[in-house]
Amino acid sequence: MREENLIGLIAVLAPLSLASVGGATAIYAPLQHEAVELRQWVTPQEFLDYFAIMRFMPGPSSLLGALIGWKLEGVWGALVATLSLYIPSSLVCFAAARTWHRFRGRPWHTALERGLLPVAAGLVCAGVLSLFQLSGGSLKVGAVIVGVAAALTLSKKLHPTGLLLAGAVIFEMAWLAGY
Amino acid sequence: MEAKAPRVSLAAIYSCFFWIGLFSFGGGLLPWIQREVVNTRKWMSDEEFFPGVALSQVLPGVNSTNISIYVGQHLRGAAGAATALGAMLTGPFFMVLLAAASYKIVLGVPAIQAAMAGVAAAAIGMLLKTAMSAVQAASKSLPPILIMVATFAAIEFFKLSLVTTVLLMTPVSVFLCWPREKPDA
Repeated sequence: MREENLIGLIAVLAPLSLASVGGATAIYAPLQHEAVELRQWVTPQEFLDYFAIMRFMPGPSSLLGALIGWKLEGVWGALVATLSLYIPSSLVCFAAARTWHRFRGRPWHTALERGLLPVAAGLVCAGVLSLFQLSGGSLKVGAVIVGVAAALTLSKKLHPTGLLLAGAVIFEMAWLAGY
Repeated sequence: MEAKAPRVSLAAIYSCFFWIGLFSFGGGLLPWIQREVVNTRKWMSDEEFFPGVALSQVLPGVNSTNISIYVGQHLRGAAGAATALGAMLTGPFFMVLLAAASYKIVLGVPAIQAAMAGVAAAAIGMLLKTAMSAVQAASKSLPPILIMVATFAAIEFFKLSLVTTVLLMTPVSVFLCWPREKPDA
């Protein structure tokens, strides 16, 4: 039974690793289909709970798979799930990064590098707006966003942990005050 | 091996990405990586870093771990990439185990939910600063500015997926930004 579950985790998660183009959101639907409906590793409610936990956890939200592994086989299940989720895509990324690095200085590489820069800038800007909308888009959220960005611009020494804590404290005070 | 960059120890790579992985909530990994790697430790320039951000969007896998692999590979090849990836996942892995044991209690406390929403808002603020750095690095002439605006619009107004957008915009951008002078590197 034990090996069967571990092999099942690899069989489900390793292909999803390669399918997760654009991040974890791409694999939620197929993962839910496999883990809840087909294999019944977790109940629908558990899957939703795991999804909620991952929003409040550090690290990539595809570690949702590690929670399913934990439910099935404890620490070993979580470990096998994590490795299955990350090794395949990481090998692809490494191969791409190495190829990219090897051709530094070639004219086409310089052109591609220059070409990708504004694309990345546009993506990051769009990401800020999407996350702001996802967070509910309240004045409170907007104020913290602008405040943190301004603080980072003004000071080079600020540590991110301090800023995240400051965000928590401000929201905590707002919550106590009834906002 | 390129002579330009100083050799960075694997221990330094591990420690850098371990803390980023452990303390990055609400998808706030990219700004932290950019700040540590480019601004604080000066391991790469913005011009070297941000193309990796675009690459990591079209490759399979989570963007933040892909970027850590890109940075690790840039600094120390295969060993650097493996170290960065392992470091990124160590903290979250144990946090997830902890959460699995206690989540039913934690999710029920409104005060904790408020604090986490505050953390998420601050994380978006960090991303805004990263966006400003990217815009600054990209805005050296008119063509990249147009590409930047078009990329933003493709996602926000035309609702194209990230992958489609990158695959669509990159050829146009490379064509427009093709270096006319001899490359300086």
